[in-house]
Amino acid sequence: MQLESAPLPDPLAPPSAAPAWQRALAPILAGPAGWLSGFGAYCLLVARAFNLPRDLSPKLYARNLAEQMVRVGIESIPIVALATAFSGGVVVVQAIYQLENPLLPTTLVGTFAEQSILLELGTLVTAFVLCGRVGARIAAELGTMRVKEQIDALEAMGLNSRSYLVVPRVVAGVLMFPVLYVVAATVGMVVGAVVADLSGALTAQTFWEGARLYFRPYDVFFGIVKSIVFGFAITSVACYTGYTTEGGAEGVGDSTTRAAVLGCVFVLLADYVCAAVLL
Amino acid sequence: MIEIQSLGKSFNGRVVLHDVTVTVPEGQVTCIIGRSGSGKSVLMRHLIGLLTPDTGRVLVDGAPLDELTYPELRQVRRKFGVLFQGGALFDSMSALENVEFPLKTFTELSRSEVRARALECLSLVELPDIGRKKPGELSGGQQKRVALARAIAIEPRYILYDEPTSGLDPETSNTIDELIHRLGSELGTTSVVVTHDMHSVLSIADHIAFVHEGTVPWTGTVDDLHRATDPTLLSFVTANEYKIGAPARTA
Repeated sequence: MQLESAPLPDPLAPPSAAPAWQRALAPILAGPAGWLSGFGAYCLLVARAFNLPRDLSPKLYARNLAEQMVRVGIESIPIVALATAFSGGVVVVQAIYQLENPLLPTTLVGTFAEQSILLELGTLVTAFVLCGRVGARIAAELGTMRVKEQIDALEAMGLNSRSYLVVPRVVAGVLMFPVLYVVAATVGMVVGAVVADLSGALTAQTFWEGARLYFRPYDVFFGIVKSIVFGFAITSVACYTGYTTEGGAEGVGDSTTRAAVLGCVFVLLADYVCAAVLL
Repeated sequence: MIEIQSLGKSFNGRVVLHDVTVTVPEGQVTCIIGRSGSGKSVLMRHLIGLLTPDTGRVLVDGAPLDELTYPELRQVRRKFGVLFQGGALFDSMSALENVEFPLKTFTELSRSEVRARALECLSLVELPDIGRKKPGELSGGQQKRVALARAIAIEPRYILYDEPTSGLDPETSNTIDELIHRLGSELGTTSVVVTHDMHSVLSIADHIAFVHEGTVPWTGTVDDLHRATDPTLLSFVTANEYKIGAPARTA
C-alpha cells in the first residue's frame, strides 16, 4: 500500500478538530442513532465492569470502596445539608404564603413541607447538587487518568480497569446516596420548622404536628429507593463519560460537562419512572 | 518470545502500520527506532493487546493475542512491565504506593516484604528517599524513574519502554540505559525499547527495528547498523547527530 509522505498524525488523538459550535451541538446532531449507540456503549461498560474478575483480591476493592464512600458520601454532607436547608426554608415560606387563609389550618404548612421534602426535594436537590459535585469529579478524575495513560497502565498490568475504577464508585454512590437523602430530609425539615417558627405564622410545634398528620413510612421508603436509583445513575454516567474521554485537557472538560448534564437528564428521567412505578 | 507477523493498523482510514513483521528475541534488548509519528508507540501498544491489529497478529510465547479471551489476555499482560512515555503514575498515590501497587495486587507478599521490594526498586532507579512524595511533586525525570521502578517491581519477563530517556538529562539517561542493560544481562529480562535516542540505542540494543512511515524497512544488530546503506535509515541516524562509527554514550 502506498503511504503518504507527510508525517502521520498521532493516531490516538481525537478524530477531528471540529469547530466549538459543532462539538457543543454534537449530542443533538448525533440524533437518535447516536444517542442509542451511546446508551449501548454505556450499558456495555457497566455490564463489563460488574463482571468482576475472580482473580482480583477483594481487599483491593474493599479499600477502594471505602475511599470512594468517604469522597462520594461523607465529603458531600456539608453541601447537601446547605442546599436542602435553603430548600426546606423556601418550601415553608412559600407554603405560608400560599396557604394564608383563615379557613385553612396552619398545620397544613408542616404537611406541605413534609410531603415536598420527603417525596421530592430531599432526593432531587441532593441529586442535582451531587451531579455537579460527585459526577463532575468522577468524570474529571477518570478522564484525566485516561489522557495521562493511567488507565492503559492498569490494563497493561493485567487489571480489569473497568471493574477496578467503575465498581467502587458506583457502589459507593448506591450506598451513600440514601444516607445523604436521610441527611437532606432531616436538615430540610428541621430548617423548615425553624423558619416556620421565625415567621410568626405558626409555631414549630404546629409545624411538626402538621408534618406528622399525613406522614407515611412509605414516603421515606420511596425517597430511599429514588436516592439509590439516582446514586447509580449519576455515578455510572460519570464513570462512562470519564472512562471514554478522548483528547487532552479539552476532552476532560467535555467529559466533565457531559457527566453533569447527562447526570441531570438521567435523574429527571429516573424521577419520573420512579414516581410512575412506585406511587 | 514475541513475534509480530504482518501487522497492519489504520485509524480513521489512515494507515499507521502496514505489513510489519518483527521478532523480539528472548532475553535481549530490542530497540524500535524511528522518527516521531512513524508508528513506534502504536506498534508497542499491540504487544500487550492495548490495540488490536486490523491485519496480522502478535504472538507472545506462541499465544496469538487477538484470539485470547479478556481474562487470558490479562494473564499474558502480567508477564509484562510497561514504562509509558509520560510515566502514567497514579496521581492519588505516593511514589512508594505506586511501586507497591502491582506487588499488593498480584503477589502474596506480606506488607513488610512489599515495602522492602518497593524500596529496593526505588533504590535501583536511584530514588531511595522519594517514597512519600506524590507524582505531582516530582520532576518529569523522577516520575519516569518511579514508573520504571513500578514496571520492574514484580520482575516481569518482558519490559516495554516507551521513550525511556526522552526529557531526561544525560546523566539520568545513562542510569536508565544502564538499568535496562542490567535487567537484560543479569535477570534475562526481554526488553523492547521504543526510542529515537540513538545514543541509548547504541548503548543498550542487541537488535534494532527501524520503523518508517508505518513499515519496518530495516532490522539488524548494532554492527549491522554501522554497515547499513538504507537511505531512510541513514537519514534518520544522521539526523540524530550521530555518525556511523562514533562511540556510544558510556552505559
